[in-house]
Amino acid sequence: MKAQFAGKVTVVGNNIDTDQIYPGCFLALTDGKEIGSHCLAGVDEAIAANFPEGGIVVAGTNFGCGSSREHAPIALVNMGAAAVVADSFARIFFRNAINLGLPLIVCKGISKKVKDGQTIIIDIEKGIITIEETREELICDQLGEQAMKILEAGGIKPLMRSRFGADE
Amino acid sequence: MHAIEKILAKNSGRSVVRAGEIVTAKIDFAEINDLYLQTVYSFYEMGGKKVWDNTRAAFVFDHYAPAPDIKSATNHLEMRKFARDNDLRFHFDTNCGVCHQVMPEAGVIYPGMIVVATDSHTTTHGAFGAMGTGCGATDMATILMTGELWFRVPEIIQVRLAGEAPKGVYPKDVILHVLGKLKADGAVYKAIDFTGSYVDSLNVAGRMVVCNMAVEIGAKTAYMQPNEDVLEYVSRRAVRPYEVQYTDPDFEYEESYVFDVSILEPLLACPHSVDNVDTLANVIAAGPVEVTQGYIGSCTGGREEDIAIAAEILCGKEIPKYARLIIVPASNEVMQICMEKGYIQDLMKAGATVTTPGCGACLGAHEGILAPGEVCVSSTNRNFPGRMGSALADIYLASPATVAASILNGRITDPRDHI
Repeated sequence: MKAQFAGKVTVVGNNIDTDQIYPGCFLALTDGKEIGSHCLAGVDEAIAANFPEGGIVVAGTNFGCGSSREHAPIALVNMGAAAVVADSFARIFFRNAINLGLPLIVCKGISKKVKDGQTIIIDIEKGIITIEETREELICDQLGEQAMKILEAGGIKPLMRSRFGADE
Repeated sequence: MHAIEKILAKNSGRSVVRAGEIVTAKIDFAEINDLYLQTVYSFYEMGGKKVWDNTRAAFVFDHYAPAPDIKSATNHLEMRKFARDNDLRFHFDTNCGVCHQVMPEAGVIYPGMIVVATDSHTTTHGAFGAMGTGCGATDMATILMTGELWFRVPEIIQVRLAGEAPKGVYPKDVILHVLGKLKADGAVYKAIDFTGSYVDSLNVAGRMVVCNMAVEIGAKTAYMQPNEDVLEYVSRRAVRPYEVQYTDPDFEYEESYVFDVSILEPLLACPHSVDNVDTLANVIAAGPVEVTQGYIGSCTGGREEDIAIAAEILCGKEIPKYARLIIVPASNEVMQICMEKGYIQDLMKAGATVTTPGCGACLGAHEGILAPGEVCVSSTNRNFPGRMGSALADIYLASPATVAASILNGRITDPRDHI
């Protein structure tokens, strides 16, 4: 995980549930790229088709509520999202995303401050987001120690592989 | 400590835990549903060889029961192979029903345990005094490898439900009321303990409805102190000895809410959010809402009690020619009981379609998908855009009685005129 990175922003609303992030009719799919092509189809099917590699999804409160489907963060990663920044996240989605190594950043009020197409610079260690166009700095919540440990390892899979000696 | 904290402490080998601490706890039962072939992939990607304990993990094939297409059928094949390779003692194939009904029936749910499943509605098992919580595929794979999972000990909110429900008000209406007040993110990362005289007198099915929808408030888990009904239920079924945990009298909740159930009336969660709750009376007063599909089923509203009230309302009647009612019993056992009691026959005579026990159209997988512009009144748990098919369809969440009365009239209807 890079400590600092920048990306173009796609803004969505409050209570974006995992059915909107990844509609139920695609749940039998298992190929990552195919899953990514349907990301956020419940909000707007055009989002995945036009999403820039390394882009950042910005959301309001309770992003990822609803079903526990891991397809939701798998879709975000495969769509090319480098991070999701939201006013708040739902719990199971939070765990699933961190496990996949997708950084989630809680930044209260962000969804009202940035607009589609703007660029934000995220400094995870300092917990600061800078809006490139306005140079406005926003303070983020610190991630918990456990979540940071998993993210720094690149997700739960590399951690478990070293614990079980799978790479030796 | 709270009973939930005692469960977490016991399973993580500690004498005390406090809210905010991270603990690694042993999992008493782990369940994987058939949306989650990724669990098997993650298991092998992480170097997994064998499931840690073949008596404590099982698949339930409920979301695609029976398989609606080649892809889901192939996923089932791969999961069956994994189950066979690991010689899993319990296996619930497409002939069983929804995991949250099937697991208690099979006796793998009991007080004082931790159950984790790849399904957000695992909060249901708080009805039995268990700590149930949902997770994703890769978290589940780590459980299958280690038998453990890390948890943040949650803050606990008390929701006290006092009084007796009036006629026409069901557990579904009660939890919709709580949801409408606390909102969809009212308990994120936290646990909800439902207490009060209403909860003390609630039967097993009613308790499951209330705990089931705690996740729609964002809760990590739900809890109810087991009552006589629960203890009688688990004593006949539990496959392991169990110990009921009790909350210490001096435990301090992070927040407490009190709701008087006796003044409630039938409610609806209106499109397109679970917390967009209004009274049936208000919705009807705003003008008639035509209904094209009624749906009674799921881990929320597909139990014997739910099908019984629908049968009572529809017995000897006929639903309108251009409307449809879909009944999805929550399990094989539920369906057999409903057949023995004649409910299924009464509903079919009234024009209902009965489908295979399972999750069905609740999540838009199959068996009752909605077209653009359709309106469904449903006893299920979510009305997000596109949840049951087209994002241009409207879903109203209601009690099974409201569903039955509404489909009978072809428009949203107060069930109190029909019971």
